[in-house]
Amino acid sequence: METIDKTDKMDRVFQRPEALTKATTHYCPGCGHGVAHRLIAEVLDELGIREQTVGVAPVGCSVLMYNYMNIDMLEAAHGRAPAVATGFKRARPDLTVFCYQGDGDLAAIGMGETIAAAARGEKICVIFVNNATYGMTGGQMAPTTLVGQKTSTSAQGRMSERCGFPIKVAEMLSVLDGPQYIARVSVSSAKYIARAKQAIKKAFEVQQLDLGYSLVEVLSPCPTDWHMTPQQAVNWLEENMLPYYPLGEFKVQGV
Amino acid sequence: MEKLFMTGNEAIAEAAIRSGCLYYFGYPITPQNEIPEYMSTRLPELGGAFLQAESEIAAIYMVYGAAGAGMRVMSSSSSPGISLKQEGLSYIAAAELPCVIVNMMRGGPGLGGIQPSQSDYFQATKGGGHGDYHLFVLAPSTVQEAVSLTGDAFDIADKYRTPVMILGDGIIGQMMEPVEFEQRPRSKEYDKSWALSGAKGRPRNVIKTLYLDPQKLEQHNLKLQDKYQKMKEDVRIEHYLCDDAEIVIAAYGTVARIAKTAVQILRDKGIKVGLLRPITLYPFPYDHFQEIAERIRKVLVVEMSLGQMVEDVKLAVNGKAEVAFYGRTGGIVPSYEEIAAELEKQLF
Repeated sequence: METIDKTDKMDRVFQRPEALTKATTHYCPGCGHGVAHRLIAEVLDELGIREQTVGVAPVGCSVLMYNYMNIDMLEAAHGRAPAVATGFKRARPDLTVFCYQGDGDLAAIGMGETIAAAARGEKICVIFVNNATYGMTGGQMAPTTLVGQKTSTSAQGRMSERCGFPIKVAEMLSVLDGPQYIARVSVSSAKYIARAKQAIKKAFEVQQLDLGYSLVEVLSPCPTDWHMTPQQAVNWLEENMLPYYPLGEFKVQGV
Repeated sequence: MEKLFMTGNEAIAEAAIRSGCLYYFGYPITPQNEIPEYMSTRLPELGGAFLQAESEIAAIYMVYGAAGAGMRVMSSSSSPGISLKQEGLSYIAAAELPCVIVNMMRGGPGLGGIQPSQSDYFQATKGGGHGDYHLFVLAPSTVQEAVSLTGDAFDIADKYRTPVMILGDGIIGQMMEPVEFEQRPRSKEYDKSWALSGAKGRPRNVIKTLYLDPQKLEQHNLKLQDKYQKMKEDVRIEHYLCDDAEIVIAAYGTVARIAKTAVQILRDKGIKVGLLRPITLYPFPYDHFQEIAERIRKVLVVEMSLGQMVEDVKLAVNGKAEVAFYGRTGGIVPSYEEIAAELEKQLF
């Protein structure tokens, strides 16, 4: 009987992007970080810029991102990624630089750096993962925690009279003149993931074209700290976060 | 050689540029504003980058970013601003990134004042931020010395892959003196293979400070500690009229310069007094103090603080000679008459 080499007959339609390492991530089942990493990696591969890109890793659940991305990476202190990225980009304007930050990192301790980098039109991309909680430290209230959402530091649910209201980062930054591209996407389910990738690609293209600052806010489930199953977390995100954090492009210039 | 009349701040900025520093990130604070002002004009002309950051904190992390690209980079500030930079300095030391930070000290604590002071000695030499680390600290006492130490600071930063602090005060920064810029030989090429440049044709480089495994963190800290031990080969101190001295004044920076005049006056009166002036505050010249303690009776430490370097002098002298202290604080600069009178009191 003749053996058929199946690989000759079939096209490879799914493989690990070159911009990802072979490491197994530490992320919980149902977490959105792995999907977000992969989308960035696919975009870097497609744009052919893996070897010209430097990433800035945050503090938070994705602090070990440099173990998963097959690119040069700098680790920043909590909240400082846009400043680190700015210093690097000013020194090496020929390279592509991106920050990857969570909601506590970007919108609480690092809001000053975030707004300043956006207002300067710093030529960096920011991938902002919003899961409405502090994941790594055990599910405390974040600046993006929804009103009524229970966390370990808002056990009765976030009360607006005590803790104010969640910050809509994409909308807020889009009123500044510096940003060239601002979008909000979700990685909760397949129908949103393809759109998320398109937005991330545009964000990098803005930098390729030397236009200025770009930010993509990525709504992402956190089943562990939301105390849900992965499917419940997806449902909760789509039923509760999407109405408050509408998806879409808030600012588009040049791409 | 051409002599230029410049403030210490401008002279440090020019010296940095001549040492190959093309990147500067800072935030305005008195009394060091001439440094960012000078850099803001010169660096863009030279193809480098100047950026006035949104905060002292952002400025130090911009330094971290540019240092991570392997560039010679500098920031400067004054006491309250340097306090804000401590987190970043801890990260930079941990990540082993070379850079130079200038602190033109003013009176503290809190907002304090804008007059010269030396009350950040502890912060500069003992770590300042969290964790087991040190800065290499240089203390110029004239504008000309500030120029030469600035060049040395960049070489030391590259040699040890460590942040270096130039610790001056409002007088060093604001005072104008004639200075010469030696044509420094192009410093040797330091290995920068650790820098980030895009992982092209090599495995990826990662600059990080997180070591979740305590064994690895201990190893990392021991590696840093080895470096701090090795730095002792770059200890510097000036001995002035110490050979036959029975009593010495110990002072650094601006105060050492004033104390030198006091020593001259006292010598004219026949008092056998000398001056020990540490130029590196970390590593501290413990050995020099230890050696001289064997043959003198007393050390008078004079500082523009209420007693910080005096603790290192006591450690070094280790009871072999008496250690006395005289300090002014809050932005008051002691006169040479005052220092001479204090020393005369200490003779008995």
